Amino acid sequence: MTGQLSSRARRDRYGSKINRTHSPVLAYAVPWVSVMLGSLIPQLPIASAVPLMPPLGYLMLLSWRLVRPGLLPVWAGFPLGLFDDLFSGQPLGCAMLLWSATMIGIELVETRFPWRGFFQDWIVASVIVTWYLVLAAMFSGASVSAGVFLVLIPQLVLSVALIPLLSRFVAGLDRFRLTRVRSLG
Amino acid sequence: MAPTSARRSGHSRRAQYGLFTGYVLAAIGAAVGAILLGVSLWRPSSFNGLRGAAADTVAPVGEASAAGRAGGQGLFDSIAGYLAAGSQNAKLKQEVELARIRLKEAEAVKTENARLKALLGFSESETKPVTVARLIGSSAASTRRFAYLSAGKNQGVGIGMPVRSPRGIVGRVLEVGANSSRVLLLADSESVIPVRRSKDEVVAFAEGRGDGRLRIRLINLGINPLKKGDVFVTSGAGGYYHPGIAVGILQEVTGDGGIAAVISDPAATDYVAVEPIWQPEAIKAAQTPVEKAIEE
Repeated sequence: MTGQLSSRARRDRYGSKINRTHSPVLAYAVPWVSVMLGSLIPQLPIASAVPLMPPLGYLMLLSWRLVRPGLLPVWAGFPLGLFDDLFSGQPLGCAMLLWSATMIGIELVETRFPWRGFFQDWIVASVIVTWYLVLAAMFSGASVSAGVFLVLIPQLVLSVALIPLLSRFVAGLDRFRLTRVRSLG
Repeated sequence: MAPTSARRSGHSRRAQYGLFTGYVLAAIGAAVGAILLGVSLWRPSSFNGLRGAAADTVAPVGEASAAGRAGGQGLFDSIAGYLAAGSQNAKLKQEVELARIRLKEAEAVKTENARLKALLGFSESETKPVTVARLIGSSAASTRRFAYLSAGKNQGVGIGMPVRSPRGIVGRVLEVGANSSRVLLLADSESVIPVRRSKDEVVAFAEGRGDGRLRIRLINLGINPLKKGDVFVTSGAGGYYHPGIAVGILQEVTGDGGIAAVISDPAATDYVAVEPIWQPEAIKAAQTPVEKAIEE
């Protein structure tokens, strides 16, 4: 019984098991930090004349919530929303309210439809993002007219198209989150 | 995907309380958010300090990405330039000829202008910019149109100061942090700027529409004299902006004015100059209630 072990026996998808273990810092920080980076990214690359960038922070939160339910607590919308408000240009409180409401709302959807699949997740996320963009435009403090909503359409299309990609990205981040790193001692 | 079991707390009191607390915290979070939102809609400048500090912390990253952006645009421009070089060269030669003639004319007008001003005893010094800085970002995901500037209180930037690029007006400083500030762009739906047509005295207001264009509303209604291609410049009314800086070019004529494109598109702007408020006394006077006299 002392034959050679399979070369994969000491590895799994998160890396080698010998002398390596999951890092609590990574496991807890990755979801939060990735959402916060998502909030920061839209303001960096371009000073645009129309709102075009999808609300990346919000989409990251949605993806984490839908891809890995139960990982972010229900109240995560509040601190992450506060951070987003500091940079998004929306009046302070807008993202806090909408992100918290989103987390509670998804919880309700999940109790109603416990079994979900890719397309159902995509539809749920698309509907939620549509509402988010419209409500954010209404709460933005700008005088609301039909033109404002017309401008939202390209942003909305981009956001909906981005949701599956972000889900894959979040799944990748989730693997990274649980990577085994060399443990000391 | 299978439902998670985290929501089912079973008989454990601890798990039940933990779950319940989560929901309560989320509801409280939403309520606090709603209150803060109400406060910031009611009094938009309530949390300026907080946002200013936050913008200061990410300003260096914005600076780096702005440099990269300018470089990238330059690269694409030079590639496009190679493709259109021949025909463009001929066209440019023609334009230079015309421009030389216009320059001479402008010189004549300038001397005449100086003479007339001397006659009136009206002296006007060239405005020196407070500082020159980079546009390091914008609220690209929001409906509001704000840009972030890499200069703040330490560089002498103050609230209300006009921001311009070599092409024309970009916007006005709205909030000031230590080393960064927030600029209300012309296209924001809360931005209104008094303008006049460049060639005559047709005065109007240019309001942002939130979609990157401006709505020109004539002050004197009647027959709409505007034509496609009319250029609007600041009129100096209100005292914020120095008169005669380019604002927009008319694209469509409507019943009470028109729709204009912003001449100085923030997406194509790298460095901008922050200028002092043109007539600070006028602003002070406008902010003083009628009952109170302005002290000397």
